[in-house]
Formats: sequence, C-alpha cells, structure tokens
Amino acid sequence: MADRKEPKSKYTTDRQIPGAFEGETVTRRRAMVIGGQAAGAVAGAAIILPALGFAMGPVFKEEEQPWQAVGKIGEFSEDTYVPRTITLTQGIGDAGKSTVYMRKYNPNVDTEKPDEYNKFIAVSTLCMHLGCPVRFTAAAQRFICPCHGGVYDFVGKVTGGPPVRPLDRFYTQVEGDTVFIGRRFSVNSELRRFSPRDPGEPLDGVGQYLYPSRPSMRKLPNT
Amino acid sequence: MPKLKLPAPPIPDRINPKPKRPGKKTGPEDLKEHALEAGASTVDWIDERTSLAGGARWMMFRKVPKGTNWFYTLGSATMFAFLSQAVTGVFLAMYYDPSATRAYESIRYINNEVFLGEFVHAMHKWGSSVMVILIFLHMGRTFFFGAYKYPRELNWVIGVVLLVLTMTMAFTGYLLPFDQRSYWATIVGVNINGTGPIVGPYLSEFLRAGPYFGATTLSRFYAIHMLLVPGAIAALMGFHLYLVAKLGTTAPPWVKAEPPEKLREESVTA
Repeated sequence: MADRKEPKSKYTTDRQIPGAFEGETVTRRRAMVIGGQAAGAVAGAAIILPALGFAMGPVFKEEEQPWQAVGKIGEFSEDTYVPRTITLTQGIGDAGKSTVYMRKYNPNVDTEKPDEYNKFIAVSTLCMHLGCPVRFTAAAQRFICPCHGGVYDFVGKVTGGPPVRPLDRFYTQVEGDTVFIGRRFSVNSELRRFSPRDPGEPLDGVGQYLYPSRPSMRKLPNT
Repeated sequence: MPKLKLPAPPIPDRINPKPKRPGKKTGPEDLKEHALEAGASTVDWIDERTSLAGGARWMMFRKVPKGTNWFYTLGSATMFAFLSQAVTGVFLAMYYDPSATRAYESIRYINNEVFLGEFVHAMHKWGSSVMVILIFLHMGRTFFFGAYKYPRELNWVIGVVLLVLTMTMAFTGYLLPFDQRSYWATIVGVNINGTGPIVGPYLSEFLRAGPYFGATTLSRFYAIHMLLVPGAIAALMGFHLYLVAKLGTTAPPWVKAEPPEKLREESVTA
C-alpha cells in the first residue's frame, strides 16, 4: 500500500510535541496515565490480596488432630463394631463431634498389612457418596447410609449404591491398655492408605491426581 | 466518541401540570396552594441540582411493543422478591447469631419470643423459594419469547449470573437455622462442590474454612449470604435493568411486525 501514512517517529521531539526532551519516547500525558493506572493497581492489590489471603487462609493451614482416648483394649471385639464419639472440631459443641465404629484387627477379614496403627480398626461414619452419616447394621454386617442408599461391607468396602470409595478410617494407637484414635485417612478399593479426601472423590486410577490431597490434612508419613 | 445523550420521552399529558390561565399571577397564592406545591417544589429543588428527572423519565416512560402482557412482569416480580428478602433479612440479622453454639438458639428465639418474629422469618424462608421460582419463570419467559436474541445476549448472560447468585443465596441461607436438616444439607452441598476435579477439594475446603465443618463455617456462610452475594446481585440487577431500558423489550412471538405505512403503499403500487 503506497498511500499508507508515514509511520510516526517514536521520538516525541520528532513529533513536534512542545517541551519534548531529546531521546524521549513516551509523552508526559502517557507517562501520567500509566503511572496513575499503576498506582491504582497497587492500591487495589493492597486491598484485594490480603482479603483473599484472609479468606483462603484456612485452606493452607494444617488442622491439629490430637490423639483421643476412646476406651480400653477389652471393650472392642474382632467380630462386631462398637460406636465411639470423638471430637473433630473443638469449641462448637455437638456440631464438632462424630461417631466412629471401632473393632479389633481381625486377620480373617482384614487383608492389609498389620502395623502399629491398625491393631484396632476405626471406621469413619462419613458416607463416601456425599458425606451423610452411615450406620452399622449388625444383622446385615453392613454399613448403610440413609441418604442415597450407599452400602458397605464389614471392612467398609462398597457393595452397593453411589459411594465412590470404601469408608475412611482413623489411625489408632495403643498405649498401656488404652486405645487412642488419631487423624483420618482415606483408602482406595485395595484399602491402601491415602491422605484424607472429601466424600465423592474416588481414589482408584487417576482419582488420586484429580482430587489432590490438601495441606490442611495429611496422612501420617510413611504409612 | 459522541457524547452520550439520553433520549427523554415526553411526560404523558395527564401527569404534566396544566399551564396557568393568562392574567393569573405566577406562583402559589395562599397557604393551601403552598402546601399543595410542597412536593413538586422539593422535587424541583432536587432536580435542579441533580438533573435526575430526565433519567427517571427515560427509565419509566418507555415505549413498549404491542402485545406486552402479564408475563413481562416476572422480572419485576423477581426483583420485588429480592427486595422483600433484603428487608426481612436485615431485620432477621438484628436477632440472629452466626455461631455454631448459638445459631439454633437465636432462631428459636426469633420464632418463639420475638414479636412477629415467626412471621418475618417465614417471609424470608418462603420468600427464598418464591424468588427461585420467579427467576426460573422469568428465564422461561425470556427463552420462549426469544427475548435473549440480538441485541439482548449480554442481558441473558447477566441473568444467568443472577440465577447462579440466587442459588448461592439459597444454598448459604439454608445452613443458617443450624438444625439437623440444614447441617446435613450443607455437608452434602459442600461435598458436591468438592467433586469438581483439581479445584473441587480446595473449593469445598474454602467453603468450610478447613477440612471439617468448623467454628467459622457458619459465620463464613453468613458473610457470603448477607454481604457478598446480595451486593453482587444488587449491582448486576441495576445493570440488567439499565440494559432493559436501553434496549427495550421484545414483542411476543405471536405478534406480527407491522411494516411502516410507507412501505405498505410501495408494495401495493409495485
């Protein structure tokens, strides 16, 4: 295109701008606009970023999960579950409490390697569909969820309904003759331990990468 | 850029004050006339300093197409439901205490002890369902009348955002009575958020303010319910209304467009 306009010089002196300096490429009006916008951006960020961090803080803070005594060794059998109440969140009354089903490790049904954390099995009552509370029905030897019909067998593996993985468990420890319950962990369908996930998040296949573990709650290292 | 000028349609005759008969004195004559003109002179005083009257006329005395019917009121009805929620919500906030140990007790106090407390609480509770129903009816009207088409696509998009925000209000408000139903519904709802891949686990943790339902979950839901989302809804509603006034409403699909008289004559002669 021959009739195109000559491109403007990038130097302000060449463009006959009054008061231009030698070698200056940015007009003062433009410098002021950029400066003003930058100042506005800094001021905005100074408000938005701390507020966002404030709201997002709990996501990255590790939750304290102390060991809680739940009973003596003799109170638990190999063949059935005993309900125990533990506190998941301090200071909010009943809303912070949860039921846990407990029994002794049973070599006839438990396939996982015995170690110091599973001498007693503590099964969480959080349904792995969407988090309603499951109940152990002794006659059926099943955990049954009232909300959407999730069913789990005696060790907590899914046998029916919508749940995506077996029931979560808690670490247990024995000191003297007292059983203590620790932090929660999730298991895949082979009962391998994973850092705790929320309900509805499968752990088989790519599940463990699609639903990453979070800094607020991790399993015990090397377990 | 041309200067933005709002077209001001004429004031309808029945509202326009009649001019005084010639020979009469201008201005009010006695106290009675002064009192009658107090409202008008107040409006005049404000308008002289703000020039808001033109904008108000532009907003209110719009031309509407033939065939405009009761279905066109569903948007205003939704807005009225929102205003009702806002007013009753402000008054409920005077008695409500968003702490896990006190919330249920404060709702019980509102329902059983406060004068008209049960009524205001019920208005807010049932009104939320009314608003959700109305917003869907309004959306259906817009869809079936084809009112989402050019040039009103952006208003449809804003409307969808308003729908999502309204559902957020319904979800966060459901927890606040803090009885068994709201507690478990919130657990389930938060876990549904958690099933989104990659970001889901962080989103549910953000909503709960931690890995478990905790001491600040309730106050977090309360802040979202009464400050964050209503502010966004009010702002977007304002923009939604501005676009309605600017673009005008559509005729119902069964109303045939009448060609201008000139064009009709031309088709006859040709």
